[in-house]
Amino acid sequence: MPTAASAKPSPESDTLGEAIQVEDLHKSFGSLEVLKGVSLNAHKGDVVAIIGGSGSGKSTMLRCINFLETPTSGKITIDGEQVEMNADGSPANRRQIERIRTRLAMVFQQFNLWTHRTLLENVIEVPVHVLKVPRTEAIAQARILLDRVGLGDKADTFPAYLSGGQQQRAAIARALAVDPNVMLFDEPTSALDPELVGEVLTVIRDLAAEGRTMLLVTHEMKFAREVANHVVYLFEGRIEEQGPPAEVFGNPQSARLKQFLSSVA
Amino acid sequence: MELILETLGLAESAQLLSLSPPGWGANLLRGLVNSLKIAFGAFGFGLLIGLFGAYGKLYGGPVLRDLLAIYTTVIRAVPELVLILILYYVGTDLINKASSALGYGRIEISGVVAGIWVLGIVQGAYSIEVLRGAIQAVPPGQIEAARAFGMPPIMTMWRVTIPAMMSFATPGLANLWLIATKDTALLAIVGFSELTLETRQAASSTRAYFTFFLAAGALYLIVTLCSGVVFAWIEKWARRGQPSLREDRT
Repeated sequence: MPTAASAKPSPESDTLGEAIQVEDLHKSFGSLEVLKGVSLNAHKGDVVAIIGGSGSGKSTMLRCINFLETPTSGKITIDGEQVEMNADGSPANRRQIERIRTRLAMVFQQFNLWTHRTLLENVIEVPVHVLKVPRTEAIAQARILLDRVGLGDKADTFPAYLSGGQQQRAAIARALAVDPNVMLFDEPTSALDPELVGEVLTVIRDLAAEGRTMLLVTHEMKFAREVANHVVYLFEGRIEEQGPPAEVFGNPQSARLKQFLSSVA
Repeated sequence: MELILETLGLAESAQLLSLSPPGWGANLLRGLVNSLKIAFGAFGFGLLIGLFGAYGKLYGGPVLRDLLAIYTTVIRAVPELVLILILYYVGTDLINKASSALGYGRIEISGVVAGIWVLGIVQGAYSIEVLRGAIQAVPPGQIEAARAFGMPPIMTMWRVTIPAMMSFATPGLANLWLIATKDTALLAIVGFSELTLETRQAASSTRAYFTFFLAAGALYLIVTLCSGVVFAWIEKWARRGQPSLREDRT
């Protein structure tokens, strides 16, 4: 692995600047080991793109970071706060993981908007009920966010009446509503028709430009190259190669990455 | 009005059904109110059992799941009439045994409370299955989204799972409610003066069986029709945000 040096976490140096530290993360589903020891650092303001073939463990890794999947072992530190884990990898402190999750906002492949609530209600749901923001304040903020993703006129529409691209932009507004420290994107454009991908990528690009810390699992190589400042290539549960996008895409070292890039190009 | 009844030969029936004393109408209505009280209480009690039971069956430990499986299987296997006799006599007997053990005398158990208890336990078994199915029909991504944003489990249940499952649960729950209204008639067997027993008493005192049972049938029908309106409204609310299958979809 040519990447070990840059992947090594450095606990002493600038822990404050670290948004996410993942150390030696393992995850098995039954006898199938999906993650075989992954380490990853994301500094504040980083946009980390995670690429890899199907079944390489990239979504699993993202989902382990907010404990939607329970890691088998490893260490996860968010904003310098290490998640307390039981011996089996499950979060030891439910309140801690809930508090941490409010600072990580996730955008899902299938949008996962709450279908019985309008877009506005979707966006204010977490601020009002989890973060206890006053309702009027949350509504004002939600309108700004919906405007921002180009859905200001759809605030009172239910998700089922919108296109996939619109739903995904609404899901991004919902994620922004918690003012997250880190945004986790799990293949945000994979469920979209090709002509709808662009509108979602535009929104994500704007967020990257304003310095949001993001982890982005994606199949859009061109987009990853353009917005990320760090690219991680996963192969069969291990980080095969990582580095700046120009290096990873322009001058891939590993044969597998070369093959992967030529297959998706 | 009276002339019409006279020509139709219904004057006698109208007199029998009149609300003031020579007529038995007030008795029937009192029976109806009792029936509705029990149906409402039993349905609510059943829902409560159903909600906790459904969560228990889905997320509980092995012991809880087995106990709930025994409960739903036994209750749904035994005819309701038999269950009512068992639960009513066993229940009142147990309470009286307990009260005499504690040094109190026999307790007069209110018919309404006993009825709610007995029918509620029956309804609960069916509710568990209706609600379990509805919870499982909620897209898992919606619950996952709630978790991913740091919602605690109870809040997720109230804010996401229950509203999202309502549209799946409403038709089954409407059935259960209608069954509850009619199961109240079975309580006549333990001497509780709900609509059917009141009707029987009125009929046997006056020998006008046809008149009174027809009237009781009409009252049950009215309850069903009103329930239909209410449940249509609930279902419309529960399905908010879901495009109707009939609308043209582009």
